[in-house]
Amino acid sequence: MTKGKQGSVMVVGGGIAGIQAALDAANSGFYVYLVEKSPGIGGVMAQLDKTFPTNDCSM
Amino acid sequence: MDVDKCIACGTCADKCPQKVDDEYNERLQKRKAIYVPYPQTVPLKYAIDPEHCIFIKKGKCGACEKFCPSGAINFKDMEKEITLKVGSIILAPGFKSFDPSQHDTYGYANLANVITAIEFERILSATGPCMGHLVLPTEFNKPHPTGPKKIAWLQCVGSRDMNRCDNGYCSSICCMYAVKQSLMAKDHSATPLDCAIFYMDIRTQGKDFDRYYENAKKKGVRFIRSRIHSIAPVVGTDGLLLRYVEEKGASVEESFDMVILSTGIEMHPDTITLSKRLGIDLDHYHFVQSDSFHPVATSVPGIYACGAFTGPKDIPQSVMEASAAACSATERLAEVRDTQTKKIETIPERDVSREPIRVGVFVCNCGINIGGVVNVKEVVKYAMSLPNVVYVEENLFTCSQDTQDKMTELINEKGLNRVVVAACTPRTHEVLFQETLINAGLNKYLFEMANIRNHDSWVHANDPDAATKKAKDLVRMAVAKACLLSPLQEMGLPVTKSALVIGGGIAGMTAALSLARQGYPVHLLEKAESLGGHAKRLYQTFKGESIASFLEDLIREVKIEDRITVHMNTTIAHVDGFIGNFNTEIETTSGKKRIEHGVAILACGAKEYQPKEYLYGEHASVMTNLDLDDLLKIEDPRIKQAHNVAFIQCVGSRDETHPYCSKVCCTHSIKNALEIKKRNPEANIHIFYRDIRTYGVREDLYREARKQGILFFRYEPNEKPIVRHDGDSVQIAFKDHVLDRTLSIHVDILCLATAIVSYHDQGLAQSFKVPLDSDGWFLEAHQKLRPVDFANDGVFVCGMAHYPKPIEESIAQAQAAASRALTVLTMDSIKVGGVTAHIESDLCSGCLACLNVCPFKAITFNHRKGVAEVNQALCKGCGACIAACPSEAAVLMGFNNKQLYAQIKAAFAA
Repeated sequence: MTKGKQGSVMVVGGGIAGIQAALDAANSGFYVYLVEKSPGIGGVMAQLDKTFPTNDCSM
Repeated sequence: MDVDKCIACGTCADKCPQKVDDEYNERLQKRKAIYVPYPQTVPLKYAIDPEHCIFIKKGKCGACEKFCPSGAINFKDMEKEITLKVGSIILAPGFKSFDPSQHDTYGYANLANVITAIEFERILSATGPCMGHLVLPTEFNKPHPTGPKKIAWLQCVGSRDMNRCDNGYCSSICCMYAVKQSLMAKDHSATPLDCAIFYMDIRTQGKDFDRYYENAKKKGVRFIRSRIHSIAPVVGTDGLLLRYVEEKGASVEESFDMVILSTGIEMHPDTITLSKRLGIDLDHYHFVQSDSFHPVATSVPGIYACGAFTGPKDIPQSVMEASAAACSATERLAEVRDTQTKKIETIPERDVSREPIRVGVFVCNCGINIGGVVNVKEVVKYAMSLPNVVYVEENLFTCSQDTQDKMTELINEKGLNRVVVAACTPRTHEVLFQETLINAGLNKYLFEMANIRNHDSWVHANDPDAATKKAKDLVRMAVAKACLLSPLQEMGLPVTKSALVIGGGIAGMTAALSLARQGYPVHLLEKAESLGGHAKRLYQTFKGESIASFLEDLIREVKIEDRITVHMNTTIAHVDGFIGNFNTEIETTSGKKRIEHGVAILACGAKEYQPKEYLYGEHASVMTNLDLDDLLKIEDPRIKQAHNVAFIQCVGSRDETHPYCSKVCCTHSIKNALEIKKRNPEANIHIFYRDIRTYGVREDLYREARKQGILFFRYEPNEKPIVRHDGDSVQIAFKDHVLDRTLSIHVDILCLATAIVSYHDQGLAQSFKVPLDSDGWFLEAHQKLRPVDFANDGVFVCGMAHYPKPIEESIAQAQAAASRALTVLTMDSIKVGGVTAHIESDLCSGCLACLNVCPFKAITFNHRKGVAEVNQALCKGCGACIAACPSEAAVLMGFNNKQLYAQIKAAFAA
């Protein structure tokens, strides 16, 4: 360990922002702890029916 | 709940006697006290709601524990405190929707058909309480609901409001979601539906948003510029009465069946508490206090923030900031990269080429999902009779972790070399089973699935005999194909660990610095003779920070950074290669040079529209906002001497040539107007606009401008202000909508808020095989979820090359592009091969049908041999070329014609 630095990141919140931040940090070589208070990730976006402009299902 | 044991069968929730309001569906329906929030929840594991569980509250019940088939429920489990040591923290706590029940005037608490926009999302959703049918809340329990005929949306509920709440900011997302909902509602309605949106300014400033808005107008959505004061019930009905004043003063009453409150966003009290505990400074609206040049940093070093926490924003902007936060948070940790991640142990692959075919079939009950309809035992017996099948097993849940361990053992013990799982869909489970094959030392492509759930037990739930027969058919087909499967190889290509960044403006320099600080060499290309781009002319950010001093620092940092090589007066001549392995020829004043790089970031910016209208270039008093910035910077005496100043908005934006909003101009004009007012308080300032789009906390500037007496006049595109010469000043004639008459003023300075236009750089786009949209902006892979990526992997976009945007958004996007690029640069190798297309050169007639249909530009024509060839690194295995090829020369590995014909033959062999 260099100068006691940790090669890990904690992401607080598992909505679309938290998920993307966690994925990018993990995919560039860092261990990620993704912390979410509810039983599932997805946040508000998972509640949306369709999203603009493609009208894709938000899932 | 032991999440390793839970197989998400749903028995616990079936047996749980306690019904609770379902917050996922905005309390419009009930769930149980043991639940998954929604069917696609990740992780798909049941959770106990301790607030409502009868056992936890009263010590009695325990039905879920009794019926759980896998023993996953443990009521003795206690809350644990875990201490983690981490290098940095990213906060993405999100937002909460404004609660309108505190506004009695909207009657949200007692009028059933007044709902919030998020409730309406759930009503429209197929997984919501109405299963996607457009139903009025007052009709929820009626057997034959008629649905609404008229719906109104009220904008700015809990936003831009300092009277009924303290949310002075614009929530930025509500205009767009209201327009979307109105179009969706029309789609969902069986009968013609009247949709009216009551608004103050329509703020559709994002990429392609204005087109969507114009399209909604064409589809008959009514947009009414009025802020509704209150909603009253229509006596004796469930209808709702809105009273509003038209622009010309007439008072109107109109009734609607349903009113949707376009509620804004605000910070959750828990988020505010957490911030206080961490010592993070928040602004007066409880958003993170950040400066424009460090958009994802907080006041605490090592803690970063993204999403709605840093200010109101939509999904693409949140995704960009999230990537930016990942990049910033790991910048200081570059030296400890890969020290805590776990490497997957590789098990050597068994050579099955000389073995006789031995198929193993695993048939899943999926709890009662399949087993409740299909006679699984009969399917198991049948599978045993099929040719080459040597082992068949029935599982309650084939996907559970213990089954995976058992499968691994069985593959070795029984010498299986082809595996068929008859269960659910490969879309969600193929990867899991393929991993099990890898762990057992088998090539992962020796695997086939039969979907006896989605394609069978679910759709034939009322006919178990037919479902069982179909399950046998599906298993027979899968086995027939499995017998013909052969191992597919994936090759690893090396990654060139350096980047090419095109464009030396703020976005390009930021991206280059981020990558360099993460430890990777960067070539930074700039076509001009100095760095800085258009920012060189900008005066200040909307928060009042000096852009010149930031730019000076940024340029200095770029110049002293050892890992960045700057190439001035340089353009791209030619690009070869693909992700991880680009080879680009650049053209400099001293000749051509080749650069090898693993990724490319396009940050080539945009330009100011040069107006042909309003006497620009003909009269010295007429200028653009950039010209005005120059005057402000040099403290030109004209600023202090001006008696009358005017701004005209949307010059070149939101018209037929540029049918989009340039996003920054409303804020730029208002900021400059306030600056003039500061230096010259006596000046009369007039702003001619169509919609004021000071989104987010920029709204504070707009409020301040009105407070300081700056006058705002709205104009219609068909009645633009008319500008005439008048000696040293210019005369502006305009229509005043309130007085309904034409007025005129004389001004000393007329500032035109000109559009930002693209370079339409088709050459650069073609070089990197990436698309431009019709306005000339680089078109990202997905407008919501992949805002800086392209379909062509390894190439990224940021800054104004993507769309007009203010500095803090350009910087966030540049850091995001660097973050995405890092996910490539940090790879050991690029995996190519597997399920990809291959062209048999003997059969290829060189007709180019495949080349023309390939969406990934993976096919090239070999002129020497006269045949088409597939680049394995670019091919995504979509199969378009296979269907297009008239001579069956194109083959999709793992789905070849022989395998598919065998499967079809088996379908008819019963």
